Amino acid sequence: MMDDDPVISVRNLGNRFGKTVVHKGLDLDVRRGEVLGVVGASGSGKSLLLRTIVGLQRPSEGHITVLGTDVLAAAPGNLHDVQNRWGVMFQDGALFSSLTVRENVAAPMRERLGIDADTRTALSDLRIALVGLPPRAGDLFPSELSGGMRKRAGLARALSLDPEILFLDEPTAGLDPIGASEFDALITSMQKALGLTVFLVTHDLDTLHATCDRIAVLAEKRVLVTGTMDEMMLVDDPWVHAYFHGPRAHAAQQTEKAI
Amino acid sequence: MASASPDTLTPASELSSLAGPVTLANLQQSRTVLYGLARSDTLDLSAVTVLDTAGAWLIASFLAERQAGGQAVAIAGATEAQSLILKTVTNALPTAPKPPKRRPHHRAGDELAFLGAKISPFLAGIGQSLGFLGLVIARLGNTVVHPSRLRFTALVHHMQEAGLNAVPIVALMGFLIGIVLAFQGATQLKQFGAEVFVVDLISISILRELGILLTAIIVAGRSASAYTAAIGSMKMREEIDAIRVLGLDPVELLVIPRVLALVILLPALGFVANMAGLFGGGLMAWIDLGISPGMFRAQLLSGTDVSHMLVGLSKAPVFAVIIGVVGCYQGMQVKGDTESLGSRTSRSVVVAIFLVIVVDALFSIFFALWGV
Repeated sequence: MMDDDPVISVRNLGNRFGKTVVHKGLDLDVRRGEVLGVVGASGSGKSLLLRTIVGLQRPSEGHITVLGTDVLAAAPGNLHDVQNRWGVMFQDGALFSSLTVRENVAAPMRERLGIDADTRTALSDLRIALVGLPPRAGDLFPSELSGGMRKRAGLARALSLDPEILFLDEPTAGLDPIGASEFDALITSMQKALGLTVFLVTHDLDTLHATCDRIAVLAEKRVLVTGTMDEMMLVDDPWVHAYFHGPRAHAAQQTEKAI
Repeated sequence: MASASPDTLTPASELSSLAGPVTLANLQQSRTVLYGLARSDTLDLSAVTVLDTAGAWLIASFLAERQAGGQAVAIAGATEAQSLILKTVTNALPTAPKPPKRRPHHRAGDELAFLGAKISPFLAGIGQSLGFLGLVIARLGNTVVHPSRLRFTALVHHMQEAGLNAVPIVALMGFLIGIVLAFQGATQLKQFGAEVFVVDLISISILRELGILLTAIIVAGRSASAYTAAIGSMKMREEIDAIRVLGLDPVELLVIPRVLALVILLPALGFVANMAGLFGGGLMAWIDLGISPGMFRAQLLSGTDVSHMLVGLSKAPVFAVIIGVVGCYQGMQVKGDTESLGSRTSRSVVVAIFLVIVVDALFSIFFALWGV
């Protein structure tokens, strides 16, 4: 399903807070059907980039086009159409604490497309099963879930409207290695089965190896390089080199080879 | 978005088929078309342009229903991606529908059990909060014995937050209460020609009861909620746990400065409210009844003993402990979710005001018996 038509295109993006400049002249394309991993040092503005693309942060300058719509200049109606076609999973799930997991997953369907209650429940149960949660999890409240289950439930809610683009903010942060690799496998299989485009912010080198088609490195306030894992290994920028050749990177590579 | 074309509904067609996008957005139309199709043992998907998980769920559950009805239906003409999504969804499909929840059988004694289930946590809560009160008092005593353990900076900070910053609102409230009392008292006392006694009415009711009671209620609304929210969010972010593992005592660190700040400054706030009330009352008596400030002062000194004010202010430290302890206790009870932070904060205000009024009533009885 991959073609060269970018579903997300960011041009000359700038974000500044007072005198602090986080992004300056940032360009990025995300192609249809790919998994793009965004990496960068802590504080380099990875999550901010995600928040800017989905409209939570208004940039100081630049253009963002998602699925052919200029999201910064779009009329509210057009913006709603685009919002129906993306799903966002926040770092700790960001589930609504007053609703059960099933109601959380059903909420986008109820609010955005008036689907009848029975279908909503059945589809929510399907989403809950798809992300690998046990059926009884649907009746639980977010505070009763473990961290890993909350992330899965957050993914189920992000998938609620059958989006074309999935934004994931640190999907494996805070998970144990087994849970993290299960989550990687889940993302890969969902992406393949549903033909999703995935925009993934992560620190986890294993996740990068396991799931990403392309990697974008955020440094010096912009996207320094993009490319496949193999291309990353050849970049001679000191930070990129340290990132992909550090002891953790070697460990992650070993694991991948072993698999 | 285009719905499935209606010509697929022709009952004569050998091969039943869906067409167009079968997605969440037009699930209803697709369902109508699918269930209106002629019975056949093949379902042709070659005309389906877009299939998402909702569409796949519709088809998969349709197939499962037909299967259960004894007629297996095969899929034809699906693209590779569509087969994959159908397979994924079919695998995830709940195997058996959940049994409907049945109402539990009603038995004698259920109401009693229900009542008990409601009451026992309430009683346990009372026990716990008394325990917390004891803990705070013990730590307070400890602080008296070892004054160096008092967090002086925190104490001053809370004195400013809960005390100094509350002065404007408390003064305004006292002033308005004085005006209301003078105005209401004047209309009644005029009938008897006893206008001058409005001074006694104002001074005694404000100094003895209203000044400190209303101050306590305002401080409960301002500070008990702030204490609960602050300590509750610290609890949610595991800051309290961090304090504990450092070998420090959260009560000593967080609760004592807050409670002590109120104990020190609530009497002062009550005094501010008293003075503002007398000023407002005097002003209204001057305007409405022509009682000059000099006359007001003379009547105040002759008619009202200073003991009234001492009675009023003697309640202030007790109210302060109630407000501080309730606010901090409710904060400590916050669980991991945001819901409990909200409910604990509102409960803290309600409980603090309720207890202040109850204790005020007990004080009235006590002072009446004592004859002050």
